[in-house]
Amino acid sequence: MRESSALIESLRRAAPFGVSAGARDPVEAWLRQGLARAQLHELYALDAQDAAAATGFAVALAIAAGALPLLWIRTDDAERRHGRILGAGLVELGMAPTALVIASVADEAGLLRAAADAARCAGLGTLVVESHDRAPRIDLTATRRLMLAAEASGVTVLLLRLGAEPTPSAATTRWGVTAIPSTPLPTDAPGHPSFAVELLRRRGGPAGARWRVEWKRDDRYFAPIADSAPLSGARLPVAADRAAARHPRAPVRRAG
Amino acid sequence: MRIAAVDLAAAQLGLVPGLTLADARARVPQLDVFASDPHADLDWLERLADGCARYTPTVALAPPDGLILDIAGCVHEFEGERPLAADVEARMARRGIAARHAFGDTPAIAHALARFAGAPAPDERRAIRRLPVAALGLDDEASVALTRAGLKTVGDVMDRPLAGIAARFGAGAVTAIRRLSGEAKTPVVARRNIAPIAAERRFAEPIAHSDVALAVLAELAGEAIETLERRHEGGRRWEVRLFRTDGAVQSLRVETGQPTRDVALLMRLFRERIDSLADPLDPGFGYDLIRLDIALAERLDATQLKLEGGQSQTAEMAALVDQLSTRLGRSRIRRFAPRDRHIPEQAELMLPATAAPAVESWPTPEPGEPPLRPIHLFDPPQRIESMMAEVPDGPPRRFRWRRTVHEVARAEGPERIAGEWWRRHDAPIPTRDYFRVEDQRGRRFWIFRHGLYSETETPAWYLHGLFA
Repeated sequence: MRESSALIESLRRAAPFGVSAGARDPVEAWLRQGLARAQLHELYALDAQDAAAATGFAVALAIAAGALPLLWIRTDDAERRHGRILGAGLVELGMAPTALVIASVADEAGLLRAAADAARCAGLGTLVVESHDRAPRIDLTATRRLMLAAEASGVTVLLLRLGAEPTPSAATTRWGVTAIPSTPLPTDAPGHPSFAVELLRRRGGPAGARWRVEWKRDDRYFAPIADSAPLSGARLPVAADRAAARHPRAPVRRAG
Repeated sequence: MRIAAVDLAAAQLGLVPGLTLADARARVPQLDVFASDPHADLDWLERLADGCARYTPTVALAPPDGLILDIAGCVHEFEGERPLAADVEARMARRGIAARHAFGDTPAIAHALARFAGAPAPDERRAIRRLPVAALGLDDEASVALTRAGLKTVGDVMDRPLAGIAARFGAGAVTAIRRLSGEAKTPVVARRNIAPIAAERRFAEPIAHSDVALAVLAELAGEAIETLERRHEGGRRWEVRLFRTDGAVQSLRVETGQPTRDVALLMRLFRERIDSLADPLDPGFGYDLIRLDIALAERLDATQLKLEGGQSQTAEMAALVDQLSTRLGRSRIRRFAPRDRHIPEQAELMLPATAAPAVESWPTPEPGEPPLRPIHLFDPPQRIESMMAEVPDGPPRRFRWRRTVHEVARAEGPERIAGEWWRRHDAPIPTRDYFRVEDQRGRRFWIFRHGLYSETETPAWYLHGLFA
């Protein structure tokens, strides 16, 4: 029994993120299809102020896909400047802390080295690599290496580029995440984590779709926020602070 | 300044420890003098003791300048005690150390025989009896008193009734006598525990290449693992010691989170360890002894492999954690563990991931509620400039953090968290009022006011965490 379920698991690995659990709506289907397993995906917080939103989105993605255990690699500098990770906060997002290991490394070179090793470990579900600012070492070569390792082992690698401008990379998809006002609770209290997610680039497919989603911890899925079908850029109230011109309208493929 | 120690040549010139330096210089003008450094001496002795681990696993220090080796059951390599002692002295002599040795049934007897010279004797018992009373190791006053009483040798003292000696010199003197007569045990404080499983290889010709040493290590690991297999155990703490011909010892330790019997994994960890050394492994003139100890072994039953081959997921994850822990250090690869405290920054710990996970009880989040704790926590909290706090107990309307002004659109609170007044008695700890706030652009923060208005005049505001 156990072996056969493991066999199914290994077969499933080649398929997109958790196909068995049927997507509930088009947005989720898109997220699942876009964020294929065993690939490298980049999550950008173009504005450093959205770093927490992008980080939370990455964790929620791993939970939604059931791709655990999760290894999270970050630098000492991130720990100092951007705060430490709070286990209780991850529990509130729906994560089981026993399925999480945090590795802190001294610098960016150590970050990439540890990431390359971890991406090769088939026992891992998701690998989160957290980088801040420009991070010049994360280039085409480094991402290509991660991508190849991920393809071989079946680990989904989420590369967090917080406060960075997009640079050329070998990632399958590139997403931009921003925080948006949540649907308030009855007492006008801040509600569930809400994100505006934009597919900035996708290898071998159209890009430019945008959604506004809310993370439902209890059901472990991203619910679309009303009036947020994948529309073309200009009409969307998402990310009002960012010039829409910077990311031309869908569908386009841009190199780099 | 006084002389602390003299070498053989100085002793022959009549210099003794305790003599003032001026006197000594007056007697021997061309005297070479070095500053005494007891700590460096002890360090040197420790290193000699490390080197002596090649003879026996039980080596104890007898400071300032003695070593006690328990060679029971360890002489087969040398075909007897005397060749072993000759080997020790030859190695010491190569480093310019004059050593004197003695064998004894107990450490105390060997110690006394090595340090003090008595008249020649046919056997150990009589040799002990012929030692001077100083060999008892009593203080100077007691030794002088015994000598004045006409008791010149240990044997003289042993013949007296012990009650009288106890009355005059105390229980310490009686214990010393009983130790030398072999009646009382002398505990040996070994410097390291004897590993339950060990494998070693001696070389007639020293090996000077690290690669060869690693190959030998793999063989040793194979041998040790056979032993482990018979015992249904797996090793968790492994130590390899490389003994160089010149007496230096290099030791490498690796630790795994799960008991293991996998040679390939072990060799990978040892290679990681060697790569992460500050100064690379230096074989010098070669290694003549390599020993692998398994300091900690735990039960490990045979596991069933997966149907499609390969290890199970957990095993691979554990191997990754071990690999990263070996390279980066145990304290860098961590897991969360909850703690029974209610101050947010102290409510959880990060423990090394290689350690066995404790029974964990995380609070389950309330269904339907948004996250009430942030995912990033600033420790210490970051000061924010709060402008226009509405009502005294309410959240601020806007605040400035890292040079950006955030307009608060929604807020929830306060969640009041009192200081741990039972831990500190000297000063009152301000209460914190926490608010979950969301600014107009949708960023969610966890801020608090440090102190109630009844506690402080103008309480400061801090940002403690960021929500997703």
